[in-house]
Amino acid sequence: MILFKNVSKRYPDGYVALNNIDLTVQTGEMVFLTGHSGAGKSTLLKLIAALERPTSGTISISGQNIAQLKPAAIPYLRRKIGFVFQDHKLLFDRNAFDNVLLPLQISNFDSKTVASRVRAALDKVGLLRKEKSMPIALSGGERQRLCIARAVVHRPSILIADEPTGNLDVEYAHDIMTMFTSFNQVGVTVLIATHDASLLEDKQHRILSLRQGKLAA
Amino acid sequence: MMRAWLTQHAFVFFHTLKRLIATPVTSLLSVIVMGIALSLPVGVYVLMENLESMSGQTTGTPQMSLFLQQDAQQNDFDRIKQRLQEEPHIVSFQFISKAVAFKQLQHSSGFSDVMAGLARNPLPDAFIVHLEHNPPEALERLRTVIQDWPEVAHVQFDSEWIERLNALLQLGRAIILMLATLLSIAIIAIMFNTIRLQILTKRDEIEISKLIGATDSFIHRPFLYFGAIQGLAGGVTAWLIVALFIRVLNEELVVLARLYEVDIHLQYLSLQDSMSLLLFSAWLGWLGARISVASHLWQIEPR
Ligand SMILES: Nc1ncnc2c1ncn2[C@@H]1O[C@H](COP(=O)(O)OP(=O)(O)OP(=O)(O)O)[C@@H](O)[C@H]1O
Ligand SMILES: [Mg+2]
Repeated sequence: MILFKNVSKRYPDGYVALNNIDLTVQTGEMVFLTGHSGAGKSTLLKLIAALERPTSGTISISGQNIAQLKPAAIPYLRRKIGFVFQDHKLLFDRNAFDNVLLPLQISNFDSKTVASRVRAALDKVGLLRKEKSMPIALSGGERQRLCIARAVVHRPSILIADEPTGNLDVEYAHDIMTMFTSFNQVGVTVLIATHDASLLEDKQHRILSLRQGKLAA
Repeated sequence: MMRAWLTQHAFVFFHTLKRLIATPVTSLLSVIVMGIALSLPVGVYVLMENLESMSGQTTGTPQMSLFLQQDAQQNDFDRIKQRLQEEPHIVSFQFISKAVAFKQLQHSSGFSDVMAGLARNPLPDAFIVHLEHNPPEALERLRTVIQDWPEVAHVQFDSEWIERLNALLQLGRAIILMLATLLSIAIIAIMFNTIRLQILTKRDEIEISKLIGATDSFIHRPFLYFGAIQGLAGGVTAWLIVALFIRVLNEELVVLARLYEVDIHLQYLSLQDSMSLLLFSAWLGWLGARISVASHLWQIEPR
């Protein structure tokens, strides 16, 4: 369970990106986060993975208070989360395979199973044939899918996706959403920030709407 | 879990080797610089070790030679033995008859021709006395006591040159220590800078790894390996430089030795000293990397 209580985030330049947010996401839930550009969607998602720290309020994940986490404990929190970054954050000095391999290296996975896991993740996003390609040689949509493969390869219990379909055509966007739904069906908590109105047509899932750093009803 | 940990370290190790080989000129240059820097104190150390072992096993414990009157007889010898046994401060003593001394001198090359020309043995009977460590005044007092014994013609004190040698060796050790300290600092500084440049070029990798849950030790590890491996390579280079230096000197010494009919040659670094050198140089590289990592990586926090 992800719990926000009176959470505010003011950036060092004084800009208040989030203002008094109260929010509960149940374990195994799938939630969409929407709002205008600059509304604070990315900021909210970053707070969950402790990529940003809140200025005030408490954030707890499975009962653990993230705001008071010691720096040494933060990596282990991040390993429980798969994060699809809005700006991808791929490594341009290594091929697609090695990019997806990185989370497994970081969490000390047994070397025998890693290759098959990486290929399974690449296969899910339709990039298996491009495993040797460098990110510079991939299209915008392919990079986005590579980022998704990297976010799911270590089978996180929480999947956070910041504009995961921003560069994808309708067909791929649909496939990606099907993928996220199937993750959700095996118990993964999924949070997706998007402007994409077509994704929001799906009425099954809760939609949270941010405006000027506040949650609208 | 243990195996995963080992695999991880082996992976980083080979990855680091690959990185070193990928930039052969840069790596080679810094290894050579470190090797030369280390070879200076190590070279001085080897020379000193040789000087110390050449000066004989007696180094350190003072020694005195008692030369007896030419006409001394067996009962004189016995009397002196008795008195020496009663003296304090004496560790051991050894009787060398004139015949034995003559034979020894004949065998130790260089004098054989001169000795052959002599009509009779000019050497006196002698005692060699090993003494306890004592202040020079106490030893001097003992010397005057023994000098007064009627059977003794002359007492020669061997501790002066030993003391001089010891002082010289002391100086040598101080020089080594100073050289080693300064050059170790230089090596740490070289490594600090090398790692700083690497951290700059790997900024993205470090930042992204942190974003997806890399611990600090995971991020530090490749740099520490890099420092240790390059330090080790510097140590090997230093060892080779010193070995080459000894080899060249020994070739020169062969000529000298033939001229003087003596056997002198320099010993290479002992196994133990070689291991210490390699361990120490690896540690220096590691330390330089450690300091660099500690002072640069915190700046790369994903924010
Ligand atoms: N590091 C930062 N320092 C200062 N201000 C920031 C920083 N990051 C974001 N902001 C500001 O906070 C506000 C919210 O940013 P955020 O990235 O959360 O918006 P968003 O809803 O994700 O927008 P978009 O849909 O364009 O991605 C913006 O006005 C932005 O300028
Ligand atoms: Mg955003």
